[in-house]
Amino acid sequence: MKILVAISNVPDTTTKIQFADGDTKFNSAGVTYIINPYDEWYALVRALELKEANLASKVTILHVGLPDSDATIRKGLALGADDAVRVDADAPDAYFVAEQIAAYAKANAYELVLVGKETINYNGASVGAMVAGIMDLPHISMATKMEVSGAKITAEHDVDGGSRVVECELPVVVSCAKGMAEQRIPNMRGIMAARTKPLAVVPAGGGSALTTVKSYSLNPGRTTCKMIGEDNMDELVQLLHTEAKVI
Amino acid sequence: MVLVYTEINKGRVKKASLECVNYAAHIAQAMGTSVTALVNNADAAQLEEIGKAGATKILSVKNDALNDDSMLLSAALEQAANTVGAKVIVFAFDLAGKAVAPRLAAKLKAGLVAGAVDYPVINGSSMDVKKNVFSGKASAVYTIHSEVKVISLLPNSFPVKLGENKSSVSDFSVDLSAVKSKLTVKEVKTTSSGGMVPLPEAELVVSAGRGLKGPENWGIIEDLAGSLGATTACSRPVSDMHWRPHHEHVGQTGIAIRPNLYIAVGISGAIQHLAGVNGSKTIVVINNDKEAPFFKSADYGVVGDAFTIVPKLTEAIKKFKANQN
Repeated sequence: MKILVAISNVPDTTTKIQFADGDTKFNSAGVTYIINPYDEWYALVRALELKEANLASKVTILHVGLPDSDATIRKGLALGADDAVRVDADAPDAYFVAEQIAAYAKANAYELVLVGKETINYNGASVGAMVAGIMDLPHISMATKMEVSGAKITAEHDVDGGSRVVECELPVVVSCAKGMAEQRIPNMRGIMAARTKPLAVVPAGGGSALTTVKSYSLNPGRTTCKMIGEDNMDELVQLLHTEAKVI
Repeated sequence: MVLVYTEINKGRVKKASLECVNYAAHIAQAMGTSVTALVNNADAAQLEEIGKAGATKILSVKNDALNDDSMLLSAALEQAANTVGAKVIVFAFDLAGKAVAPRLAAKLKAGLVAGAVDYPVINGSSMDVKKNVFSGKASAVYTIHSEVKVISLLPNSFPVKLGENKSSVSDFSVDLSAVKSKLTVKEVKTTSSGGMVPLPEAELVVSAGRGLKGPENWGIIEDLAGSLGATTACSRPVSDMHWRPHHEHVGQTGIAIRPNLYIAVGISGAIQHLAGVNGSKTIVVINNDKEAPFFKSADYGVVGDAFTIVPKLTEAIKKFKANQN
């Protein structure tokens, strides 16, 4: 079984967010980029675990992006992926990304497609379900556990009010969340090996963007925190009632 | 026509669904059209409530298999969208909406804005919709260019308004014979919220972190939540150490919430935690470390020992509630 793991290249969690070009673009100057944590810790690491358990023959990373994301892709290879593909395009939206993943997975007969539950930059939580929709495959959202046995997977995923254990025939698309695997740190051997692993660059297919970003703005942060003495809880309750109007 | 997907959960129409019907009605009015809601396995009272929220037509489906597989639900919604000629389709940006809205959008080649926080602005054939990005640190206005548009609404963005029920209900039978589900549900695990409002829908939340020192100390948190009618939550370390159940974990890797009031006790306020709660309307932070970063993101702060402050706050709330009655 071959596994395709789609990764996104995102600003590090602690990045100070700024915009450029009249607030129409993210300002990437001086920003450290990482593999989207959900894609890395949960999707990619679980794929590597399955390969180590001899349940998968190959783990391929796919990324839709420009050459400046190659360093992030190499980090995924350092963690242990066999090879990587970069679809050479500046993705305008989630649907465009999903189209590229679906086309590659179909053309190369991947039986398990893994993505993180959402990206920490656009927070759309959309790509997994879109890939499944385009490929007409089943999709498991918010998966916290996944086991493979023969041509089937068993997964646990979060639903309203609890979770469900489901069984599904391959091929399938799975969106991975916390619980699936633990974060790994690449070792020196992995980092050395990653330098020579294949990273293919392929052109993008697909049509025009269904959505585009018109403008960005920073959300106003809280400016002042009103400090209340620990013996003045009646005052705090009054403020919550009359000023904040939340109780 | 604006189509909205509504859901029944624990015997009620989900609050997030009613918000979506209101939202759809607002869009429909701006477009000079009306709202059709689709609901599965609803009873008369539940249909009535969807009508009161602003649906003029309700497609009532009875199909137990629909909720087992997003492939089936997406196919049912696609048929409904085609039947009513939907130009805009509205979902809640909750677990169910995240599973089905992108799939349907891809099937229809419709542009999706996932997690809208405001009403769309209509510009001819396109729509501008605002959503949060960078884990709540910023917003982006997306333009949807496609003819059919899908919007999923971030829960608790607007209060629910109910009016007169002017809806007509019709049974809607979906033909799923062409869809081959390859997924079987083996087990359903229900997490008990102990009679509390489920976290994603809660307007009042009391949350605690490592500062509580151990799971045996959660009584004061439960008492405070009880006095407010709030739901309890916790930080990541607390759920990782199994002091509290996994479903209570709020933050970037847990669930993101945006209640009206979030009270954080003994939580330092790491950036990953803030990413899950910074959409809350009002934040109260109680911490014994006056340098805790969370105070920078709070509206009200109390510095001191949680074990003395929290019971005092509980008493103050009980007194306030008693005076109100």
